[in-house]
Order: sequence, then structure tokens, then C-alpha cells
Amino acid sequence: MYQYTNTDQTLVDERVAQFRRQTEQYLKGELSEDHYRALRLRNGVYIQTHAPLLRVAGPYGLLNSKQVRMLAHIARTYDKNYCHFTTRQNIQFNWPKLEQIPDILAELASVQMHSIQTSGNCMRNTTSDHLAGVCVDEIEDPRPYCEIIRQWTTLHPEFDYLPRKFKIAVSGALHDRAATQFHDVGLHLVKNAEGVVGFKVIVGGGLGRTPIIGQVIKPYLEKKHLLSYLEAVLRIYNLYGRRDNKYKARIKILVKESSLAKFSALVEKEWLLLKDNNELSAERIEAMCAQFIMPAYDGRAAEDQSFAEHQSTNQAFATWVKHNTADHKVSGYRAAFVSLKAPDSPPGDMTDEQLDAVADLADAYSFGEIRATHRQNLILADIKQADLYPLWQKLLELKLATPNIGTATDMICCPGLDFCSLANAGSIGIAKEINEALDDMDYIHDIGDLKINMSGCMNGCAHQSVGHIGILGVDKKGSEWYQLTLGGSSENNAAIGERLGPAVAKDQVTKAVVTILDVYIKQRQEEESFLDMVNRVGITPFKEQVYATH
Amino acid sequence: MQLIKDQKIIDNTWQYIADTDELKAGDISVSYARWQNDKQSLSAHDGKLGVRISSEDNVEAIADDLERLQLIELDFPDFADGRLFSQAWLLRGRYDYQGEIRAIGQYIPDQVFYLARVGVNAFCPELPEELPGIINNLKDFSVKYQSSIN
Repeated sequence: MYQYTNTDQTLVDERVAQFRRQTEQYLKGELSEDHYRALRLRNGVYIQTHAPLLRVAGPYGLLNSKQVRMLAHIARTYDKNYCHFTTRQNIQFNWPKLEQIPDILAELASVQMHSIQTSGNCMRNTTSDHLAGVCVDEIEDPRPYCEIIRQWTTLHPEFDYLPRKFKIAVSGALHDRAATQFHDVGLHLVKNAEGVVGFKVIVGGGLGRTPIIGQVIKPYLEKKHLLSYLEAVLRIYNLYGRRDNKYKARIKILVKESSLAKFSALVEKEWLLLKDNNELSAERIEAMCAQFIMPAYDGRAAEDQSFAEHQSTNQAFATWVKHNTADHKVSGYRAAFVSLKAPDSPPGDMTDEQLDAVADLADAYSFGEIRATHRQNLILADIKQADLYPLWQKLLELKLATPNIGTATDMICCPGLDFCSLANAGSIGIAKEINEALDDMDYIHDIGDLKINMSGCMNGCAHQSVGHIGILGVDKKGSEWYQLTLGGSSENNAAIGERLGPAVAKDQVTKAVVTILDVYIKQRQEEESFLDMVNRVGITPFKEQVYATH
Repeated sequence: MQLIKDQKIIDNTWQYIADTDELKAGDISVSYARWQNDKQSLSAHDGKLGVRISSEDNVEAIADDLERLQLIELDFPDFADGRLFSQAWLLRGRYDYQGEIRAIGQYIPDQVFYLARVGVNAFCPELPEELPGIINNLKDFSVKYQSSIN
């Protein structure tokens, strides 16, 4: 994992000092509300329904145990003993006091963390595959490129006042786990005909109010041109992106309104003027790759017999292994999910005690590293198979072992009306209700792979438009209603969900979801996943049943 | 009126001539539109010349004129409108402009570190009391990740 140099450390320390000054000026009335707002947003500080919200960057989801202990400390000292993991691999605190935020940022800086550009109309935290570096289908580890992009985007002087926010995701595997087709820029590591690895560049994807699947702007870009190409894209967007309407200001609208061909021609012209003087050197790439070398794996890990024995004698453990662990490229190792989707707690939330305990588990079993996923869970990526059983036992005690990864109750959920000032409707309460209705694990496992995404407003923080089942809270004359969509996907087969029909009332949402699942169970073909069935039969059979019961 | 140029507080010697006003003697700046329309007659002016551009303008169109211009004023309509950051970069980085680039209008003192990095070397404050803050903010960071003009 990347370790800060003196430059990195100085930069975050100086950023804390700058934000402390700005906050003091604001509190003394020397900085206007409007100006301070832009500055605080660029430091991850929103003003929410109850209190400020602080969003801390999890750079491409990667954290170490020391950093996770710091999150626990902050939750304990400055907040109400918990924090929230977001769909962009970031961490949110819901109850800090504004005047204490500079102190929180100073504490974060002491463990090489920051909240720079986690909100505001600027380049945001770069996200990536949560299985980067360990998955079996990897072309190349994307993390060194994520870190190069992290540094390039951080405090970029030209691109900090963009028309709107700008998000970059990088995937290095065959299977896209980073939703790259739904980012302002998505990068895929690919091989060309000669077998040389470069980037496929996708532009203009996005979720929110106007979900759009990104388009390929550059099928193959040599690695050395990564930053010059990004610079060209950002300059064209900064100069030509719409600024008259914030709902039309994302790059996806520029690409759509001007056509990919025209946008691409502008970028190409700009890039040709830049590329030769802005190459990433092979030495720089090599030095960055050296920061992400494989840990010291035990070459004899696969010889262990206990893993198979425990699975055959303990059904609950076997079920957890099946659902909550993933294949690892090193024989004898698996990646283990820490489920933040226990039935009785809000999706993505973690207490200070859980954070501390997971940090200890990472130190004991996973080289001290923890990853955040974009479905709001954590991963301990390098678990020796012999250690999975004791790890599972400890996760059980911590209520972090619900065997539901990738299933109906592994819902993505935004904070909703309970916390967010933008929301039109609650989401956490509905998630709880769905959990209560689907309390039979065998039934959930029988349904299998299912992604339910639920947002409390059309800003779509929980990516409802790419959920296999999407639930969107809307305001209808002061009451909370919910729009359902089916068939969305953020993976290789990217798709935007189709609207099922009119919005349903709050007390009908869970019933509708249960009805949809019943239709699937009754009409699926052998081995057919929910998404495959929706793609085969369309929404009509679901629609008939959901609206028949109303 | 005072402003900051190359990190020092100096007196302003330039006058902006509105489109409807007659030209005056001395160092003057005019709008981008007036420059485009009256380039020839303005070139005969006895004194230094500058052009004021706003976010909507395109510096590419005056790239060939830059040798005749000693001042480019970047007139911010709103601090959140970041187009002029790219225009400044283009002036220095692409067209190798060597004269003064001055930020005026609705930019904020907390942006001057970035503005300096894209090539702005003079800052006209909205209020005189902002002068010390601007000089101070030019030193916000001692390190950076990207190349800079300054």
C-alpha cells in the first residue's frame, strides 16, 4: 500500500492549516457563507439536516489498520460512536461540530488521510476494484495508476472549479467491479494486439438524475499518456461544460449534447498539443508499482486441511465461505468480506468498537490492510485459508458475518431523509423493513445474486438506476413515495433499470419487492439469475403482479 | 488603487476604457470585443495596451495579438466559474504570453494560490483590506503534485 512521502505529508498538513484559517475566518464572520461553502465542500464538509457531515477520502478504497483505528477514535471522540461507508469507498461522519473539523482533519493527517475534494465541483476520490491485486481475472493491478491519478487530481490548480463534480474509476480486471461505465471517466487496463497493457478510456457515464452509460472515447491509450489525456479531457470539459444549469453541467451532458464524435475531436486536438511534453516516465510507473508489491504470502498456505474440515462439519461456516469470500490469485488464500449489512443496522454503518476490532483482525490475518467496497462492505483481502475459520468466529461475535454478500439483503442505501438535507424520502427504514420481510437466509440464498439499490432522492447516491432492483424515493405532495426500476447493472453488461410503473406508497414498497422476488422464483428457468430473467422476459410479468395487488 | 503584482503591493497604472468611452492617454485596457473590432486603430495608441477577457471569451482568437498586449485582465463573473483558470493556463502554457495576467472581479482571495500556478501574476483586490491576505494566501502550499506556470 502507498506510503506518504514528505511531499504528501506536507501537502495534507498545509491543507489542514489552510482549512483551519478558512473556518476561523468564517466563524468570525470574515468569510461569506457562499465563499466558505465552496471551500468547505472541497474539504468534504456538507451542512446536513442535523449537523455538518464530514466525508473522508478512502483512496481507491484502501485503508490500513492504523487508519481504521483513527476512524474509530474520531467516531468516539467527535461523533456518536459510528461512521458510514459510502458507495465511493469513502467514510462519512454524521455528527461532527463544525469548529472541531479542523482538529479532526489534523488527526486524519497524522495517519496519512484527508478529506480533500470529497465533495464540491472538482475532481473527486478515484475509485477502483475492491479486489484489485488479488483477483483471479486481473490484467494488471490498477492501484498504482489510481495513486498516480490521486496525486494528479489533488489540488490541481486548473481544475478545482469545474462545471460540476468529476469522478474517475479504474478497473484492471476482466470483470468490471468498479462501475467504470458510470463514471465521468472510466479507465480499463487492457492489452493491445501486441499484448502491451494500456488503457481503454470511457467518457460521459454517470448516475444521478440522468443516468447515462459511458462511451469509449479511446479504445487504447498507452500508459505514458495517461495524465496528458486526462488533462485534455478535463480542459475541454472545464472550458465547454455547461454552467447555466447545474443539472446539465456534468460531462455526460456535454458529450451527449455535442455528440461523442465532436467531443472526441476537441479532446484529440487538445491532447496532440500536450502529449509529447507530459509523458509519464517508465521509472515513475515502476516506482509506483513498487509501492503495491505482493505481501509475503505463505507458500504452503494451501496445504492446510482444517479449512475443508470446518466447512464439512459446520454448515454456517460453509455458507459464509460460499457467500462472503472470494477467490484469490494465490493458492491457499481467499478474500473475506466484512458484511456491513446486518439486518438490524443501517447499511454501511460501523461502530467504533467494530472498527477497532476489524483493525485488529486485519493485523492478525490480512497484512494490516482493509478495503472498502462500492457496495458498502469491507474486505480483508489476503486471508490464509486456515485463518478463515477463526476470522469468521470473530466476525460473528462482531455481527459482521451476515452471509449475504451479493444477495437481496446486501442493499446499497444512502442515508436518506434521516440525515440528508437533499433527500425526499427515507431509505434506511425501508432497508430495515425489507430485511425483516426477508428474514429467511435460505430464501435469500435461493434467490441468489441480487443487487437492490435504494436512494432517498433522484441525486441517486445509492445508484438505484443500476440496481437489479432500484428503489428511488420521491416526494409527492409532502409524502414519501417510491419509484421501482428493474434490470439495471453497473458491471460489464451495463444497463439502466426500466421503470416498473407508477411510484408506490411507503407502506407498499416491501410488499412490492417481495412480490417481484416471488415472480422470479416462480418463473425463473434453471440456474437463471434475477437479472438474466428480467433481461429475458422484460418487466411485464413483474409489473402485472406488483400492480395487481394494489 | 493598489494591487499585487509579482507578490508585491504596487500602485495601479492602468485604466480600463469602457466600450462606449473615448480612448485616453496612458496605459489602457479594453474589452475583448473592442479589441477584436478596433485592433488596427488601437495599435496606434500611444501607451501600453491590455485586453479584458471574461469566461465566455476564447484566448485562442487573440493568440496572434499577444505580442502587442502588455496586460490581459481575467474578469471573473463568479468565483465558481473556473473557465478563466484554463484561459490563463492557455495564455502562458500554450501561447507563451509574457506580459501581465491580472485577476479582477469576483474571484476570491482563497483562489490566488491556484491562480498563480496557472500563470496569473497580478491580483486586483475587491477591497483594499484584502491585500495582505492575498499575499499570505499565495504561500498556502510549499509542495505540489502537478507542474506549474509560476
